[in-house]
Amino acid sequence: MGLTTRGRWNKIAKYWPLMLLMVPGLVYLLINNYMPMLGMFIAFKNINFTQGIFGSEWVGFKNFEYLFKTSDAYIITRNTILYNAVFIVLGTILSIAFAILLNEIRKKVLSRFYQSVIVLPHLISFVVVGYLAYAAFSMDTGFMNKTILPMFGIEPISWYTEPKYWPYILTVIHLWKSVGFSCIVYLASIISIDTEYYEAATLDGASKWMQIRTITIPLITPVIVMLTLLSIGRIFYSDFGLFYQVPMNTGAISDATNVIDTYVYRGLMVMGDIGMASAAGVYQSIVGFVLVLGANYIVRKVNRENALF
Amino acid sequence: MALDHKGIRIVANTVLSLFAAVCLVPFALLIISSLSSEASIIQNGYSFFPKEFSLKAYDYLWLHHLELGRAYGITVLITVVGTAVSLAITSMLAYPLSRRDMPLARFWTFIVFFTLLFNGGLVPTYLIYTQIFDIKNTLFGLLVPGLLMSGFNVLLVRTFFLTSIPPALIEAASIDGAGEIKIFYRIVLPLSLPIMATIGLFQAITYWNDWFNGLIYLTDSRLFGIQTILTKMIMDIQFLTSNSNAAGSGAGQAIAQLPSTSVRMAIAAIGVLPIMIAYPFFQKYFVKGITIGAVK
Repeated sequence: MGLTTRGRWNKIAKYWPLMLLMVPGLVYLLINNYMPMLGMFIAFKNINFTQGIFGSEWVGFKNFEYLFKTSDAYIITRNTILYNAVFIVLGTILSIAFAILLNEIRKKVLSRFYQSVIVLPHLISFVVVGYLAYAAFSMDTGFMNKTILPMFGIEPISWYTEPKYWPYILTVIHLWKSVGFSCIVYLASIISIDTEYYEAATLDGASKWMQIRTITIPLITPVIVMLTLLSIGRIFYSDFGLFYQVPMNTGAISDATNVIDTYVYRGLMVMGDIGMASAAGVYQSIVGFVLVLGANYIVRKVNRENALF
Repeated sequence: MALDHKGIRIVANTVLSLFAAVCLVPFALLIISSLSSEASIIQNGYSFFPKEFSLKAYDYLWLHHLELGRAYGITVLITVVGTAVSLAITSMLAYPLSRRDMPLARFWTFIVFFTLLFNGGLVPTYLIYTQIFDIKNTLFGLLVPGLLMSGFNVLLVRTFFLTSIPPALIEAASIDGAGEIKIFYRIVLPLSLPIMATIGLFQAITYWNDWFNGLIYLTDSRLFGIQTILTKMIMDIQFLTSNSNAAGSGAGQAIAQLPSTSVRMAIAAIGVLPIMIAYPFFQKYFVKGITIGAVK
């Protein structure tokens, strides 16, 4: 007994400098991550600033009842999931296609040039992307209405008031911004494939197309499965910048552009409806958490090594 | 479908150069429209071949160089300080977690890891930062929330320490009488420059591009960085006029003459330009860094 206490003291004496190093980072996680987790209780309160966060009255699941009674709950859930599903499918196909093509470029300089250029959109903030989108889709001055549509003799379209175009616009912009990035990830896994496979296949007279189908794709399948499942785990979260900046916060098209993240933001910052916003936020956190665990469970079943935990 | 080697190379080059063009062209439109005269934008829309070029937008920015210079300064300051602090606290937390002999290392690693799986969401985060820490309308609002340290980076650096720093080296230094903290910054950090550079680069880009913190934690326009100005301007095109005394007495007239579309593009251009100019120098590390992050 006395010995273990002394052992513990020795340990503390030996490791306190290391413990000290950890303090700033842990304090930051406490403030930035763990306190907000505990703060989720406000979704069960009717927040009233004169009474303060702690003084406000408990209302149980009332905020959630209100939220799910509105049509908003359905719309934001549908939009979030559908957009992400389309992003995952198209994004994966395009990135793999580009990665395979990029792998065929033998000139080092050229390959590096392509790689640098296609990740450029990823470097730009969504504010600037919003400006670029506005240059393309503005009613009176946009590139689409003034240059592209007249070429085909089509009348100008009022893009920012017509919800039906936005699923396409947002998908294209998302792909523009992200495909280059994930293409590089897939390229890395293609490059790591042993070239002997291809040499043997060429000797046997296999065409390029056949090699891609029977060597490249099967060998990168574990990576595809893992990355896809991880994005499915994040399907309840969306890129706030894409859905906030690009539609320029326009009310007329919100049915097509409102996702959980923008809904929470508007509830909190614009409407001042903290109850509704925090209920939607808790809904997102909980379902999102379950989905991450589920996705990871499946990854573990498929391939233990690729699992996150 | 028989694709020989030459054939696929032609396909690859065609497709990739098209894709590369699609990635570059919007930036060209951005720069060109910032250099177009207001009249030609209003008449013919944003165009790659404007009827008339003009530096008016940049003249206008120069007229407001005090406000814009200040915003630029704030963005640079936040980027530099944020990146430096972030690298410091990330590596300081990651190193003890990487030590196999450290008591409770597994527990603390889980504490870091759990933040990747679950978060409290915007509302509680906002309320805690504004109500408890009173961060609204301070520069800390730009610096701290969400960005200062990511659990993901901590785990990345920890993995680097685990796999690239031989424990024997640390032991030897310890036998020579070096203390833990000295070992950390004399031996471990110098050996970790590659991962530090990568994380620092991504962190700097994140800070430079961040507009979200400015959007929710700032209302005082004197604290706006360049991205916040752009964000607020989208909501209020007249931002510059409403915030300037430089326009002087004939404010109404000044607004009428305001080259708003090209000015907006010019501000967007100067927001992107530093990254574009620096990109050729860091693109190698950036492209490499993407794969480091992806394969954990």
